Amino acid sequence: MADVKTYLREWAMPHVLCPGCAHGIVMRGFLAAIDQLQLDQDKVAVVAGIGCSSRIVGYIDFCTLHGTHGRAPAFASGLKLARPDLHVMVITGDGDGLAIGGNHLIHAARRNIDITVMLLNNSIYGMTGGQAAPTTPEGAVASTTPAGNTEPNFDACKLMIGAGASFVARVLAANPIEMSKVIADGVRHPGFSFIEIISDCPEYYGRYNKVGGGADMLTWMARRDAGVAVPLSEKKFVEHVPSSAVPLGMTTGVLERDIRPVFTGVRRQEPL
Amino acid sequence: MSEARLVQGNEACARGALAAGCTFYGGYPITPSSEIAEHMVRLLPDAGGVFVQMEDEIASLAAVIGASLAGSKAMTATSGPGFSLMQEHIGFATMAEVPCVVVDVMRGGPSTGLPTSPSQGDVMQARWGTHGDHPAIVLAPSSVGEVFDLTVRAFNLAERFRTPVILIYDEVIGHTRESVRLPDQVEIIDRVRPAPDSVDFRPKAAGPNGVPPLPAFGDGHRFHVTGLSHDERGFPTDDGAVAGALLSRIHSKVADHEDEISAAETFMLDDAEVAFFAYGIVGRSAREAVLRVREAGIKAGLIRPTTLWPFPGRQVAVAAKQVDKVIVAEMNLGQLIGEVERAAAGQAEVVGHLRADGEPITPSELVGAVTAAGGGN
Repeated sequence: MADVKTYLREWAMPHVLCPGCAHGIVMRGFLAAIDQLQLDQDKVAVVAGIGCSSRIVGYIDFCTLHGTHGRAPAFASGLKLARPDLHVMVITGDGDGLAIGGNHLIHAARRNIDITVMLLNNSIYGMTGGQAAPTTPEGAVASTTPAGNTEPNFDACKLMIGAGASFVARVLAANPIEMSKVIADGVRHPGFSFIEIISDCPEYYGRYNKVGGGADMLTWMARRDAGVAVPLSEKKFVEHVPSSAVPLGMTTGVLERDIRPVFTGVRRQEPL
Repeated sequence: MSEARLVQGNEACARGALAAGCTFYGGYPITPSSEIAEHMVRLLPDAGGVFVQMEDEIASLAAVIGASLAGSKAMTATSGPGFSLMQEHIGFATMAEVPCVVVDVMRGGPSTGLPTSPSQGDVMQARWGTHGDHPAIVLAPSSVGEVFDLTVRAFNLAERFRTPVILIYDEVIGHTRESVRLPDQVEIIDRVRPAPDSVDFRPKAAGPNGVPPLPAFGDGHRFHVTGLSHDERGFPTDDGAVAGALLSRIHSKVADHEDEISAAETFMLDDAEVAFFAYGIVGRSAREAVLRVREAGIKAGLIRPTTLWPFPGRQVAVAAKQVDKVIVAEMNLGQLIGEVERAAAGQAEVVGHLRADGEPITPSELVGAVTAAGGGN
């Protein structure tokens, strides 16, 4: 593998992410996937919305568009339709992609436009200070749910399968090798690919719910433990369980893969 | 020139866009603008372009911005409620300096209002609808032929100044069919692009006229685009001096070329004692009213802006020194009249003839307005 620095804007460092945040692991895993695919760096366009995960696009050396909150799939759609030769990818978060941007996400999936969406799910709004997100588990504490969240949370992958996404996968930031492989599969997939990447937010989610720091959260993620409201020191982990039965209800791996007609807009099919 | 034929205002907009080199349309259906989309979907493919119907107006302008960054000339069209939703991305395109054209075919508002009736209720929203300090270029045609011409101009200004340009007209202009000859050839301005091999390319460093050259995604320059305040490399910063300088440059791009962008047509103004100030369909009623009251011996004239923003204040100021009264006729409860008063600066009396009931202002009404205002006395 090439040095990931090939794909970094080192001049833009240091980055804004907090110590212990797994988004940095995801960024590296994404760059490893790009390297595996040997894509032309000039032909990769990465679009993001607003939030912690979306800030990643500032540090990666491709054509990068840091758009508006939730709208990345719509910006990316225009880009892909106008320049089908580009590899267009989206980096979004759970609040960005599933709350304010839910409509754009489901319609991009329904159209089966050939873009790859990576949704970094840390179960909370990090950038704005730890408010509850559509992914915050019931009972979890956030700055806007001080007595525990009373709303049910989204299963992003089920939503995407329901909306018609032709490639849907879930991976863990705690498992970066598998993550890179699945991202590469998603980018290779002709049509809309969606990859939910379970990340963490030790600064807000971890602190509010007393589940420890970044390393602790990655550990419970790797062991597929529920990881809510019990400090790591007091926690008894279940033994490693196969991916088909995880306590969080999070099945990982590729959950949907189907070849369907790819949307390219209303255009002349044969050359002029 | 092609053969004269009956063309609808909204069709003229689509044909003007194609003549200007538009190759991308993203939109969402809304009355009274939908015919623009319906013409674009038929015309664009054979012109090598792409059409997409998006899930809402927010997404429509986002897709347009994405396509523009890919190197396409791109547009969307909407009406009041959709125009409200587009404000977010009008601000983004202004800040990120992405050329694009937004058409707002005005209907009665606020809210769902009068979907099939004309109004001019969005002219202040076109100026100030998005948050923060920002310039605006807003063009207002008065006829089917002028819709074509100003659509071309909107693309040219967007490309030249690397900014969104808004074309705004009322439902009557959008749905009127007139016999016109549309030109086969028009002057086309393309965005300035950096040399392919330029080293240390800075995507937001001012070029000619304060406008930075804009490469297309995928053409070899890897650069960052953001709505955050940013430096010349396009990278976010919260340095106040850098943020202030960016805003000043974005403002100056338009302000420094105000005389060139701003435009108003005058009619029989040379000896006028009373002047109408009117735009869009009302500009045509006012022209007819000028002819009618002159038959009765009243020296009337007309100032008809085709650029609403930047406001053609200099032309209004010149006229105000000469006439006794300016009658501002607009299909709203008083929006541009405030700008006219400011430009007239007390040199002439400014009175309004305002109407916001979904009916166009007629020539007869305006003849009555001149009489009520005491003619030229």
